[in-house]
Amino acid sequence: MRRIRHSPDEPAVGANGLLDRRLFLRGGAGTALALGALSSGSPAKAEMLKVEPWMKEPGSPFVGYGQPSRFEDKVVRVATNPPNAPGTGATRTPLHRLSGTITPNGLHFERSHSGIPDIDPNVHRLLIHGLVKRPLVFTLAALSRYPMESCITFIECGGNGLQLFQKDPAPLNAQALHGLISCAEWTGVKLSTLLDEAGVAPTATWILAEGADAAGMSRSVPLAKVMNDALIALYQNGERIRPSNGYPMRLLLPGYEGNANVKWLRRIKVTDGPTMTKDETSKYTMLLPDGTSLQFAFPMEAKSVISQPSPGLTMTQPGLHDISGLAWSGYGKIAKVEVSADGGKSWAPAALQQPVLSMALTRFHMAWRWSGGPAILQSRATDETGYVQPSRNELITKRGTKAFFHFNAVTSWGVAETGEVKHVYA
Amino acid sequence: MFTHSKRLIVTAATFIAAGTALAESPNLGRVATPEEIAAWDISIAPDGAGLPPGGGTAEQGEAVYAAKCLACHGENGAGKPNDALAGGRGTLVGDQAPIKTVGSFWPYATSIFDYVRRAMPLNDSKSLTNDETYAIVAYLLQINGIIGRGEQIDASTLPAIRMPNRDGFVTFARGK
Repeated sequence: MRRIRHSPDEPAVGANGLLDRRLFLRGGAGTALALGALSSGSPAKAEMLKVEPWMKEPGSPFVGYGQPSRFEDKVVRVATNPPNAPGTGATRTPLHRLSGTITPNGLHFERSHSGIPDIDPNVHRLLIHGLVKRPLVFTLAALSRYPMESCITFIECGGNGLQLFQKDPAPLNAQALHGLISCAEWTGVKLSTLLDEAGVAPTATWILAEGADAAGMSRSVPLAKVMNDALIALYQNGERIRPSNGYPMRLLLPGYEGNANVKWLRRIKVTDGPTMTKDETSKYTMLLPDGTSLQFAFPMEAKSVISQPSPGLTMTQPGLHDISGLAWSGYGKIAKVEVSADGGKSWAPAALQQPVLSMALTRFHMAWRWSGGPAILQSRATDETGYVQPSRNELITKRGTKAFFHFNAVTSWGVAETGEVKHVYA
Repeated sequence: MFTHSKRLIVTAATFIAAGTALAESPNLGRVATPEEIAAWDISIAPDGAGLPPGGGTAEQGEAVYAAKCLACHGENGAGKPNDALAGGRGTLVGDQAPIKTVGSFWPYATSIFDYVRRAMPLNDSKSLTNDETYAIVAYLLQINGIIGRGEQIDASTLPAIRMPNRDGFVTFARGK
C-alpha cells in the first residue's frame, strides 16, 4: 500500500493550502488513507445507527417519468424577467448544486425572447431556401429518418457573467453570476447534409436561422461554420429537446454564443451576407470605450468558475476540501486549469476530469487544506490554442465596462474566517 | 451561376476527404413552392431585399404607435416599462451609461422594419400590416431626428437611410 505523506510534508503546491492534485486522483484505499491522514483531527461525534422506516416498509410505486428526491427541492433554476413579459428573459442553471459535466435537462439554462412556444411536432416544418438549387421543406418525421450524430457540448449565453462588468462586486452566487451555461449531449442531423441536398450556390457565404417563436428570433451564421459542424438537434441527453430549449428542433453551433443556436428552428435562408438582425446588431455586440462595438463574436472564449466552494455554500470546518469547478472554451479543448487560494499571487494546476472534450464543460478538482483563515479562491483556464483566461482587470482594460457580453475573466470568491463565501474582486 | 456539375465536384471532394463510401443522401425533404416561401420569408436584408410593397409616414405612425407600442415603450419612445426607442445619441463613448436606442445604436434602418414586423407588439406579433409597419418605422426614425414627419418610408427610401451609428461596428477578431 502506498505510503501517504503526513503533515507537515503534505504535498503543497500553492500558497494558502493548495495540495497536490494527485491527492484526489489516487484511487481506492490510497485515497481513503490520504483523506484520513489529512483530515482535521476530531472525527464527527458517534451516533447510533438506527433502522429507519424506509428500511422496513415497501417504498413508493414506479412513475412514468422520474423526478429528483423531494429533498432536492432547492436544486432549481432561478428566473429573471423584464417588466410585463413573464416568458421573456432567462433562467440560470444552479452550478453550485451540481457536479460532473452534464446538465440535467430540467436544469438547462433557458433564454427566451417571447416565451416558450407550445409547438405541435406534427405541424412543425423546417424550410431551407435562399441561395439553393432546390428549396426544401422537412417534417420532423423526415428528419428523424436521417443518420444521427451526437456531440457533447456546452451552450453559453453571450450575456453570461455580465454582472462582473459592474464597478463593485455583485453580491450574488455562482448560479446568478454564471448560470447561463449548461452542457448536454445533443443528437440530430448534420445541417450540411440537408444543405447538400438543397444544393448551396457558390455565391453563398452566410445563412439566416429563424425560430418559430412569437419573437421570430433570428441570427446570421457564417456558412463555413454551418458546413463544418452545425447540427439540427432533435434530442437533448437522449430525450427529445425540452420545449424551453427548442422543441422539436434547434440549431446547434458548438462553441458559439447561445443566441446563435436558434431554438424552435423553422427556417434556414442561405444568403450572401449577414441579414443584420436586431439580435446581432443592437444586442449581442460589445460596446468598447471608444464608442465602437465588436460584432459577430461567435465562439465563447475560454473561461472557468469555481462552483464549490462558492457563495451560499458556507464552509463549516477547516481541513481538507475539494475545490471544484467548470472550465470551457468555444475554441476547443481545455488544456489546463489553475487554481489560486491567495487571490492570484500563486497558482497550482488542478486535476481535470476525463475525458476532456472539445467545446464541452470540463470539471476540475483541486485539493485544498483550509486553515480556517481568509482566502480568495480563483480559477484560470487555458485552452488548447494556448489562450489564457484573463484577470478581470485585463479584460476591462481591453474592453471597458460597457461591453455587456462575453465576460470571460477570472471570478474571485472570498472565504472569510467565519466560513462565509462571497463574490469579491481581487 | 450554380450548376449541377459543380455540386458533383463538391460531393466528390467530400467523398475523398472523408475517405468513406459515398453514401446516398436520404433526400426526404419536399420541394417548397414559391408561395410557401413567400409566406414565411419575412427577413429583410440591409440592402432592402425582402421589403414588401406599401409605405407610411411618421404622421401616420404616431397613431399606430399610440395604440400598439406606447404602453410598453412610453411617450415619444422614452421607454418604461420596457426599452427606450429614442434618444441616447452621444452616450456610447466614455464612462457614462450608454443609452442604446434605435437612434443612437442600430446601424441599419432595415432591421427596424424586420424586427417590428416579426416580433411586435409583444402579445400579438406578426399582426401589423405592411403599411402600419412602415408607418411605425417612420415614426421611430422621426422621433430620433433622422427624418421629418411627412417623409414617406417604403421599400425604396428605407434602405437609403443612413443611421447615425452605421459606422460604429467592427467585426470581431480573436485577440482584439
